[in-house]
Amino acid sequence: MSPLNWTRVFAVMAKEFVQLSRDRLTYAMILALPIVQILLFGYAINSDPRHLPMAVYVQDHSAFSRSILTSLQNSSYFDITREARSPAELDRLMARGEVLFTLTIPPDFSRRVVRGDRPQILIEGDASDPLATGGAVSALAALPQRALAADLVGPLSPRAAVQPFEVVVHPRYNPESITAYNIVPGLLGVVLTMTLVMMTALGMTRELERGTMESLLATPVQPLEVMIGKLAPYVGIGLIQTTVILVLAKLLFDVPFQGGWGALAAGVLLFIIGSLALGFLISTVARSQLQAMQMSVFYLLPSILLSGFMFPFRGMPDWAQAIGSAIPVTHFLRVVRGALLKGLDLAESWPSLLALAAFVAVVTTLAMARYRTTLD
Amino acid sequence: MAASPASLAVDVRGLNKSFGDKHVVNDVSIQVGTGRVTGFLGPNGSGKTTTLRMLCGLLTADSGEGMVLGRDFRTQAREIKLRTGYMTQRFSLYEDLTIAENLQFMARVHGLDDRERRVDASLDRLGLQNRRDQLAGKLSGGWKQRLALAAAILHEPRLLLLDEPTAGVDPKARREFWDEIHGLAADGLTVLVSTHYMDEAERCHDIAYIAYGRLIARGTADAVIADSRLVTLRAEGPGADRLASRLAGQPGVEMAAPFGLALHVSGTDRRALDAVVAPYRKPPLSWTEVEPTLEDVFIHLMSRQEDVW
Repeated sequence: MSPLNWTRVFAVMAKEFVQLSRDRLTYAMILALPIVQILLFGYAINSDPRHLPMAVYVQDHSAFSRSILTSLQNSSYFDITREARSPAELDRLMARGEVLFTLTIPPDFSRRVVRGDRPQILIEGDASDPLATGGAVSALAALPQRALAADLVGPLSPRAAVQPFEVVVHPRYNPESITAYNIVPGLLGVVLTMTLVMMTALGMTRELERGTMESLLATPVQPLEVMIGKLAPYVGIGLIQTTVILVLAKLLFDVPFQGGWGALAAGVLLFIIGSLALGFLISTVARSQLQAMQMSVFYLLPSILLSGFMFPFRGMPDWAQAIGSAIPVTHFLRVVRGALLKGLDLAESWPSLLALAAFVAVVTTLAMARYRTTLD
Repeated sequence: MAASPASLAVDVRGLNKSFGDKHVVNDVSIQVGTGRVTGFLGPNGSGKTTTLRMLCGLLTADSGEGMVLGRDFRTQAREIKLRTGYMTQRFSLYEDLTIAENLQFMARVHGLDDRERRVDASLDRLGLQNRRDQLAGKLSGGWKQRLALAAAILHEPRLLLLDEPTAGVDPKARREFWDEIHGLAADGLTVLVSTHYMDEAERCHDIAYIAYGRLIARGTADAVIADSRLVTLRAEGPGADRLASRLAGQPGVEMAAPFGLALHVSGTDRRALDAVVAPYRKPPLSWTEVEPTLEDVFIHLMSRQEDVW
């Protein structure tokens, strides 16, 4: 090998820099990627989420009950957001994911505390995402000792010496807290996003880049015909991927299939169509396959980080939850996890399905509006 | 061209198109007689491709009016597309499909009946039958061009627009291509073909010359040459070609260019030209007046247009 000639090295380097500076999108990505990553990881993601929504069903309206609620709030792990009037209402709130915890205080609670019976209060947690609820559950250990400390004074002070009541924690949906139960259904959303958005975005941009779009546009074929024809094969691909992932989830990880087939089917279909339409929209903006690729990656990032796939959705600050709510994966994950882990069907999952449908409608409209039948 | 409007396949006037602040096509009018092969000439960037794209509905004209195949080209683009074949400058069929698959795709997109037979017939005619299962991307330039032509005429269009179809193709393949074009024209197809090659221009029935977005000459090749009123003198003899730099730029000399060892000097003002050449009219050089070639005329037209611009 002949020795390095630094003039030639420099020639290649200078050319590379010039080309890089001409590609404004790549430039933007180089700057935006670290900034967005830092912001997302730094501020939005919290693996010890606090302020988790809790619904309470208090049958004993006493000073003791109030102290327990206050103590829960003060732990900063729980936000009491709903007051239920029946156990059934508690169940419903948790099933829909409106709260992650429920608290039930029995009717004769204060009387039995005074008697020294060590009565039980029940806290149920949604363990479908063990990461989201783990920290809060361990915080409960200190509750009996502290909650009533201020109330149990004077003649009642002996009651404070031992634990005056017991907290029964009942994890639901995923009682053994197996992370795979939560991750594997979530993977479905990420895999579909990754392949479908990218494949469509690249597929359309390839026609533009290779010049075949010119031939295609010179024929009498219409925009909607192109869109349906180009996307239909990918619907099939998406369905095959879904089947593969679900079968593996069952065979390898023994993920529970609680039912909710209607919601699951509707969710998968809406999500596939939404992802394809988004890919199509990207292809109407991107001018090369490289740009389409970069835009897809840029979309993939929040889909993984802000959707509740990798990190607890409830653990994120409000602004991050707002961004997350605009991403279809977020709603898709709720539908899939709801169906597989909780057996939720159309009746319970409709808000998420509606959000997915809205996404499909908006993105399809935008894509059709941007698609040109001419080369202008 | 003495054709009446009824026999014009393309009759478009006042065509304009700008991209940003670049006025690419400026008030171009173009007529193409039915069943004729019209050559569309002009330097690079003169607006030929843009004009062709506007005619077949690939680009929207900023202004202009007229008919293509008897239909309003601005409002009936779909109708026109059904009856027009367009062969792009760059190969624009699918390189990862075979020849037969590409043709089948085109047949389907055009909603043709009896597809198998048409594709077969098309393969036969272009001599592509034994290559039908070859990927289009693996073909050489000449074969790609044949395939592109086959795809453009599969739906039996009445108008064929060709955008520099023979760029990068060897002379033999070019000759065969033009024979094919004339064969199609003899069957009644109207052809508008853009080209840079003067020998191809001479094979066209009519010529339209565009420069800097304006149409500056049209008619048969002979008429264009006659209309230019160009006088061309040819000098032969030792050192004739080296006179070019000395004559270029002299009053009355619009063009002085070596042709091999000979020299062509052209201008529209015969007297001025004679005056400039007079000092060199002596042995060993011998001067004759020759018929200007199409190339002489185009270079003359181009330089004149530059002045106007």
